Formats: sequence, structure tokens, C-alpha cells
Amino acid sequence: MAEWIAKTPLSGQEPVVLAGVALAEVDLGQITSLAPYAGQENALAAVLKPLGLCFPAPNGVSAAGAVRLVWTGRGQAFLIGAAPGAWGDFAALTDQSDGWASLSVTGVGAADVLARLVPLDLRAMPVDTVARSSLGHMPMILLRVADGFTVMVFRSMARTAWHEIATVMKMQAARKALLC
Amino acid sequence: MRIAGKGLIDRAAPVRFRFDGVEYAGFQGDTLASALLANGIRMFGRSFKYHRPRGVLTAGSEEPNALVEVIEARQQTPNVRATVQEIYDGLEAKSQNRWPSLKYDLLAVNDLAAPFLTAGFYYKTFMWPRKFWERIYEPVIRRAAGLGSLSGRHDEADYEKAFAFCDLLVIGAGPAGLVAALQAARAGADVILADENPVMGGRLLADSGEIGGKPATAWVRDALAELGSLPNVRLMTRTTITGAYDGGTFGALERVGLHLAARPDLPRECFWRIVARQSVLAAGAQERMIAFADNDRPGIMTASAMRSYLNLYGVAPGKRVTIFANNDHARQTARELMAAGVDVAAIIDARPDASVSEDCRVYVGAQVIGTRGRHGLTGITLRHADGLVQIETDCLGVSGGWNPLVHLTCHMNGRPVWDADLAAFVPKAGAVPGMHVAGAAAGVFSTAACFASGVAAAVQALGVLGHKALPMALPEAEDAGYDILPLWEVKGTGRAWLDFANDVTTKDVRLAAQENFASVEHMKRYTTQGMAPDQGKNSNMGALAVLADATGRGIAQTGVTTFRPPFSPVSIAAMGAGGRAHGFAPQRFMTSHVASLERGAPMIEAGMWYRPSYFPRVGETTWREACDREVTMVRSLVGVCDVSTLGKIDIQGADAARFLDLVYTNVFSTLPIGRVRYGLMLRADGHVLDDGTTARLGENHYLMTTTTAAAGLVMRHLEFVAQAYCADLDVRFVSVTENWAQFAVAGPQAKALLQTLVKVDLPFMGCAAVSLGSVAARLFRISFSGEQGYEIAVPARYGEAVFRDLLARAETLGGGAYGMEALNVLRLEKGFITHSEIHGRTTAFDIGMAKMISAKKDCIGKGAAARPGLIGPQRDQLVGLRPATDAPISAGAHLFNPGEAVTGARDQGYVTSVGYSPTLGGYLGLAFLSNGRARHGEMVRLVDHLRGIDVLCEVCDPVFHDKEGAKLRG
Repeated sequence: MAEWIAKTPLSGQEPVVLAGVALAEVDLGQITSLAPYAGQENALAAVLKPLGLCFPAPNGVSAAGAVRLVWTGRGQAFLIGAAPGAWGDFAALTDQSDGWASLSVTGVGAADVLARLVPLDLRAMPVDTVARSSLGHMPMILLRVADGFTVMVFRSMARTAWHEIATVMKMQAARKALLC
Repeated sequence: MRIAGKGLIDRAAPVRFRFDGVEYAGFQGDTLASALLANGIRMFGRSFKYHRPRGVLTAGSEEPNALVEVIEARQQTPNVRATVQEIYDGLEAKSQNRWPSLKYDLLAVNDLAAPFLTAGFYYKTFMWPRKFWERIYEPVIRRAAGLGSLSGRHDEADYEKAFAFCDLLVIGAGPAGLVAALQAARAGADVILADENPVMGGRLLADSGEIGGKPATAWVRDALAELGSLPNVRLMTRTTITGAYDGGTFGALERVGLHLAARPDLPRECFWRIVARQSVLAAGAQERMIAFADNDRPGIMTASAMRSYLNLYGVAPGKRVTIFANNDHARQTARELMAAGVDVAAIIDARPDASVSEDCRVYVGAQVIGTRGRHGLTGITLRHADGLVQIETDCLGVSGGWNPLVHLTCHMNGRPVWDADLAAFVPKAGAVPGMHVAGAAAGVFSTAACFASGVAAAVQALGVLGHKALPMALPEAEDAGYDILPLWEVKGTGRAWLDFANDVTTKDVRLAAQENFASVEHMKRYTTQGMAPDQGKNSNMGALAVLADATGRGIAQTGVTTFRPPFSPVSIAAMGAGGRAHGFAPQRFMTSHVASLERGAPMIEAGMWYRPSYFPRVGETTWREACDREVTMVRSLVGVCDVSTLGKIDIQGADAARFLDLVYTNVFSTLPIGRVRYGLMLRADGHVLDDGTTARLGENHYLMTTTTAAAGLVMRHLEFVAQAYCADLDVRFVSVTENWAQFAVAGPQAKALLQTLVKVDLPFMGCAAVSLGSVAARLFRISFSGEQGYEIAVPARYGEAVFRDLLARAETLGGGAYGMEALNVLRLEKGFITHSEIHGRTTAFDIGMAKMISAKKDCIGKGAAARPGLIGPQRDQLVGLRPATDAPISAGAHLFNPGEAVTGARDQGYVTSVGYSPTLGGYLGLAFLSNGRARHGEMVRLVDHLRGIDVLCEVCDPVFHDKEGAKLRG
């Protein structure tokens, strides 16, 4: 049987680099939400441990190589970059791979760019932490990564998120040009 | 007139600009006001009400007079303060509120009518006839009075909004602010220092003193160099802190590009929200006027403004200057002017015992009682012990004392405290949590005392922040006294102006008191004093002092009006940055978006979603033709519709079934695996919250669908119920709305179409996991159209491919895509409800679903729904409507009994949905009619005054088509 063509939320969108900040769509691979059932926290921890992961505290990220377990809300975390095991007895597992658009905002000016849209002190955000916040009017999962940030928004809002960040980058570039 | 060797302007950088069509030269660093003064221009505009010639009163953001329009290629900005606007090559400004020209203004005739135009004039005069107000009086008055004009075009320039966080926000970079910032920065605190001017230094620069044995400008330069070198300090120039809000949040407006010719992508302004753990308010003080007859002529300004023009811009404010003051501060202005070679005609000091040490004529115990000069000051008359004296002078500097800028301390409902020694209001301690007030803003006026006060405030803040303050040696600085004798008003004949921007005189304030608008808030509204762009910064003190005098109360008892944000004007464009047009809200696009656009489908916004309303075909000229065709297509063949926008919530856990039984009115614990059930959800108050279908995917696994509009609302409701009402239930849920693209395939050929792709073997209201090639999909047999219908869900990455493929198959079978219009007609024919019907004020009883509230169990809203008044014949109940003729009917129309008066008291109900049914060949409507279910077969009169519709309709069952449901089961 013929294959179906898959598209990422921002399929075809070229990265933008301006004022030392790079904006690009990233494919985080498989994403699964994990919500431990009542009294199953230890059992879940036991199956996560061999993978080098633990269920993260609020705003926390548990990482093992390319696999991350990212806190996303009350009693909920996203497993990013790997398929979950047969953990259905310990936690509600739900596929989220197609629900989110992920954008990387990297470079030295990344925090200044996102400070136009995100009501958090991004300069103070440690690497490998996460926040649920908003990007303009859009709900967002914000990951602090080594060279900047990964912004996750609802798939349907990908175009608006891209437009808003790119617009801010243009204005930041114009501001920087003033200082030169 | 420029003075050699003075000022901080860059004389190596000449700038050319235009004012009222004439080109002038200035220098880099000039404001529009300083550059025009340097060119000998004294008249900047006409006043608001009487069109009196006005010049520059101040040198700062408080300017009430010199308001101009700045003209750019695609912008026209009114009410720009010439004292704030920096000049740049090509700047074009013009005076406002005058016609045909600034010098010859026809509406200056208003000034002659002044005896009639006193406070309350409009209230008294234009009362009758009442209907004349909107059509005649108001337009005429609005044309005559004014503050600049708008271009009438959208503001399409770039604006920015941003957030910042810090340990300590220092507001104002004068002496107190600079040392506070230094003290905190050296201790390692994360500091933001914000100042509204382009250059930091405040009155240290404007007053030209010495600090620690070197010129103040050099000390400021060194301090800023140190601050600029520290990584924990951010310096924000041209940034006005506009408001203090809860939680240490401040609003701030930064002028980013307004001092430059427009550049691509450079924002004009940025509206900041700054969150500070602690703050130091070092906003300084503002010199105030004295009210005397004709004190508003061009050439009359505050004494401190003269000093600013001299020291910041090297501009002599006049050729022969006079000073009128009631305190020691203004003497220094006279001395500096003389030192700069400006002729000072006299110092007029209201204090009888004041010194006479200056090298010019000094009148003590004297007052200015009148002025001359039609388009600018030419002379004054003063009165002293020996009688009247005439003085030829073109410039009068006035100082009535200083008002600490307490504004931000009052933004959280604090009221300032009267200080009789200073004759001024000072901040109330602790009025804004975490804010320490320093320097002149706290009523501390000498430079040395400001330094000490700034350090003390910073040390206090550092203590709260947990930083150790390092000892700081303060440089030697001026420590002169102030010695003020309060003088608000020189009584006499002639109009003495208080509020220059709104043309309010002392006489107006006295009239207000006389007519018993004696509270300061009433006086303000009766006279409009303090309601202009400067928000009374220049007039509030004087006006309330005159009011206190008129009413016999003291100033402290009279009190001040409420200080509200913003401190100075903020453009709406800055606060709404990014929100113009589509920026207003996020746009949510389905995976089929591009494919639908390619087929010419106009999009309608449903919530934030963009959904195709119909898919026009060649030859179709109206939406109705397309809609009718699409309805008929679904009824006779097959149609495809993207329904991905419906909310989808994945619910799992051992108690998932119990949870659903609680939130739905009907039972879901009995639903077999692989089956779907329609469910109704109530709010706690018994009204309908939402409806939708929920499928049981496994023993402990359900998938709930919600309406598009209420997806977020239902998610929030479930969270609340799970956390607040049944935290003990083992249930977990998460939204999967965005993860799945879902398409309805409906019509007699639906199964035939789908069978070409997947195995279709489902009973009505069944569901199953299916494979679409290698893609794991979900198939549901549900129908919102009343036809045999399926919905197929695929991971969203395949959405576009599957939509295009389904469409191609549908078209091959003679069908095609259908949009929102057809979807609406299809559901209307079946009497299916949407949020037009479950609009938040209707109950299950109203929509004919009372039986869906299961008697076997409890559910949210069950008890409340049974309350008296929410059930019974008096309720408006859902019915169908068929017009007696083929005339169109409208949603929003109201229903009346034929033969009865069409009045609110006779209202029988209202129409929620209408559509033209090609299936039944006429209009159909859904409506809520009083006791409607008992009235099937009756006639009602449908009236829509807005659209001019008045049609007789037959009341019927809301299900018009296939009442038995044979088609959707077949």
C-alpha cells in the first residue's frame, strides 16, 4: 500500500537567523504524556530508573542522552525522544507527538527576543528546566536548552507563533543596528 | 538665542527640521522646544478652549502648552510635547488647534467670548432642546476646542511590548537615583535604572553645580560609566515608568525610535512590564507656577525650565529676563543667567524678608500683577510696598515652589501627606509595598541631601533583598536651603491661569466652589482642571489651594484628586503592540487549511479556528448556491468535512467511568468497549455546559469530544471537578485535540467511500482502531448530519494527505467537500443543537433533554437543574419553526402571538438558528418559545426590527428531517 505523506506543523518553513538569534522548526520525535496513577509513583519510578530517568518535579526535566522526561503540569510529564514502555498499569500514556509545534530559538539574544512575548524572567531560567507559560496569547511549554530555548505551542497555532517570534526578531535586529 | 560654551548639545552635529512649514537648524541633542527657542520662536500653539497664544512653560514631560503634531510619511502624531520630542534631520512638526495659521487664528474670537465660557458653561447652556446636543452642539464644540488631529489612517508602524525582571528598579536618574543605583549595583543586586530623558543625570545636568570639586556633568559621566560597566545593571533611557501595580509590577514606556527618522522594523515605542522585588522612586520634583493675571503668555515659563534650556541646550530663553519667585531656588537661575551674559531685568521675590544680594534689581515683598504682549511677553507690572512698577521684559521665569512627584506612590490607592514646611504634598510611607522614596520625590531638595536619601533608600532595599550594602562615601555637593513662603495666587483683575492645557482659571475654580462643586473631585470635573494630557501636573496644587481658599478649608483638608496611571501619556499602539488586525488573537489552522484555500473556500473564524464556510464551484455566484448544493450532495451522495476543531480529551484510569458518570447527565459506565454515546454536561448551576460524544476505547480508557467553542471550557471544568469534587478518583485526562486530524464522511455513499481505504464494519455509534495503510487511525460511526456518517481520525501529520485523498474519492463518487454553512443546515434539518441553543441560559429541560438526566445516579448540576423555575411550562422551550411563506427568517428575531402587541412584555421567545433547507424547500428555524412543546401546530409571529422581518411561522417539532433516524442507522 502507498504511504501517506507526513508533514510537520511548519513544513517548508526555512529557518530565520537575525541579530544573532536563530529561529527554526524542530522535530522532537515521539512525545507521550505520562500521568502516574494514584499510588503508582514508585512503580513508575522503578521502570524509569533503568533508563536513567525519574519523574520530574515541577519545572524540572529529567534527561538521559537524547531522551527527556519533561514536567508539563500537575501530575503530568512528556516523554520526549523515545517510545514509552509497557507502563500502562502505572500511568496514563497518551500520544502527543502530533499535537505540538516545536520551535528552537537559539543564540545569545534568544532571551531578549522571547522577553517580548513571554512573561517570565528568562535570564534566570537554568538549562534543562521547563515552564508552562504563554507566548503572546498562546499556551506554551518552554524548555530551556543549552544554546537557548525550545518553544512548544499547539500545532494549530504554529504559524502565529512563528510570525510573532520572527517579527520580534526583526525589531530586535533594528534595535541592535542602532547601537552599531 | 544660543549661548557659546553652554549646553550638552553636540554642536558638531547640526540638524535641520521643519516647524509649520519653515525649515530651522538645531543641534543633535536638542528637543524641538529648545531648538525653536534657539531660533527665536516663542509661540508654539493655541490653547484648547480660548485659542490663546501659548509658548513653552516647562522643559520636561509635564509640558501642558507646547503640544505639536509630528508628521511622517504614514503617521501623524498629535499632542507630541515639544519639550520631549528630540529633533532629527527631516523632522516635520506643526502647531495645532489653530486655523488658518498659528499667528492668525480665527477661533481666537473665543477669547473675547470668555466671560460666557466659564466653568459649567456647556452644562448650563446646551441643555435644551435635548436632541440638539448630539447633532449640533457637540460637533460644533468639538471642532472649536481641540488637541491636535488624527490622520484617520490605521497606525501601521511597529510597536513592541516586553517584560523585564530585576531585584531593584530605580525610577529616575537624578542625584538620588544615581547613588541609589550605584549603592545597589556595587552590592551585587540586579538593577534597572530607568529615566525618561535621553541623557541620565536629571537636575544635576540641568542645574550645572559642582559635585566633589568637579563639574556635575563630569560626576554624572563617571557614575554612568561605572554603572554601564557592571553586568548586573541595565540602564534604560527614554523610559518613563508609567504606573505601579500589584506584585512589584511597573508599567514603562520606552521611546525607542521616536527620536529618529523612521527606520524599517525599528519600533517607535516599547511598553515594558517590569517586575521588581524592590524599587526606589527617585522621580524628583516639579516646579509649579503662580497664578497671576495673564500668566500664560509665550515667554513666561518656570524658572527651572530656563535653567534647563541654558545648561542642557545652551539656549537663552529671552533677551531680558525677569524672575518671579517665592523661594530661594529660583535665585540660582538668575545668577546662572547673568553669569552666561543674559540680561536679568529684575528678581521679584514675594517674600518680604528675602535677601537682595544679587547683582541686579531685586524687589522683595513684591508680586507680578499683570503682563503685556499679544503674541509673546513684552512687559510686566509688579506691585510692591512702594507701588506699581512696569518692567520691559520678554521672558519671565516663575517659581511657586516645588511639588515632589509622588504620583507612583499613589497608584495603589495611597494618598500623599501635606507638609506645611515645604508647602507641598509628600509621599505617604509604605504606600506601595517594596517602594522606597528618595530625593526630591520625598521632599528632600538639596543635592547633598538627595545623595544621602538615595543611599539610604538603596540600603533599605538591599536589606530586604538580602544583599550586604558596602559603605559608600558621598561626594561633597550643594546643600542650600529652600525657604518657601506659600504663594498660589496673586489676586486682582484679569484672568489668572491654573490649567494651561485645559484653559482653567482661578475664577473657574471659585465659581465651582460657589456653585457647591466644592469637593476637589467635583471641582475637577466641573472645571475640567487636571483632565488634559498633563493630567494636572502643572495645575493640581494651585487649583486645590485656590479651592481651599474659596471654601475656607485648609489645603490638607481639601486633599488631592486621585493619581492614576499612566504618569505621562502612553500611546494605545504601544500597549496594544502586535495586536493590530490578525495580531489580535492567535490564528488556529487545521491541517486541511491550504487545501481548502486552494478550492476557494472563504474562511470563517470559529473561536480562533479558521474553518471553510463553503467550497464554491464554477458558475456559483452566491454562498447560498454552494451551500444548497453541498447539503443536497450530502443527502444524496457523500460529503467530506474537516471536524478536527472539536475538542478531544483522552480520559484514563480505574475510575474513569465513575468520573464520566459524575460529569455527564447520562450513564457512561455501562457503555460497551467499542461504542460511542452522546452525552450532555451541566454546570453546577444546572444549565447546560456542553454536549458531545464519548467513545469507550478500553476498559479504563475513554475519548471525550466537546464542541469547538467549549473545548477549553470543558477541559477547565473537568480539571476543577477532578481536583475539587473528587480528588480521590483515580482518573487522568489530557487534551488530544491537536494530535488528531478528524474528518467527517457523510451521506448514503459514505461507507462505499471509506471501504476503498479501510475495513468498515461498524454498527451505528460504534468505534474501532483501524489501519490506513501503515497509519494507525480511529474510525467512529457517528453523524451530525443525519446521514449515514463516519468520522475518521488520523495523527495530525497525515491530516493534509488524508483530507486531500478523501476529497478526491468523494469527488470521484460525485460528492465533495462541505463547509460550515452546509454543516449548519444539515444539523438544523435534524434539530441537532449547537451553542446557539446551549448558550449558557438554557437547561436540559428547555432543550427537551430532561430525560437524559439519569435518575439512577447523581451528576453535576442535577440538583440545581430541578430547582423551581428551571422546569415547567413557563420556560422557553426548544421548538422548530416553519414560516408560512417563503420569506426569509432570521436568528435573533423575537416571537409574539399573532394579534398581540409587539412589545417586550408580550415577548413569547426568540429564534436561535435559521437556515434555508434545500431538502425541505424552505426556511427552518430553531427557537425557544414559552411553553413551546405544548404549542406545536400553533402560529407565532416572528419579528426582527433590526432586519425588518415580520413573518408568521408554524411551531413544530425541532426535528424536521428523518425523525425516526432511519437514514443514519441504515
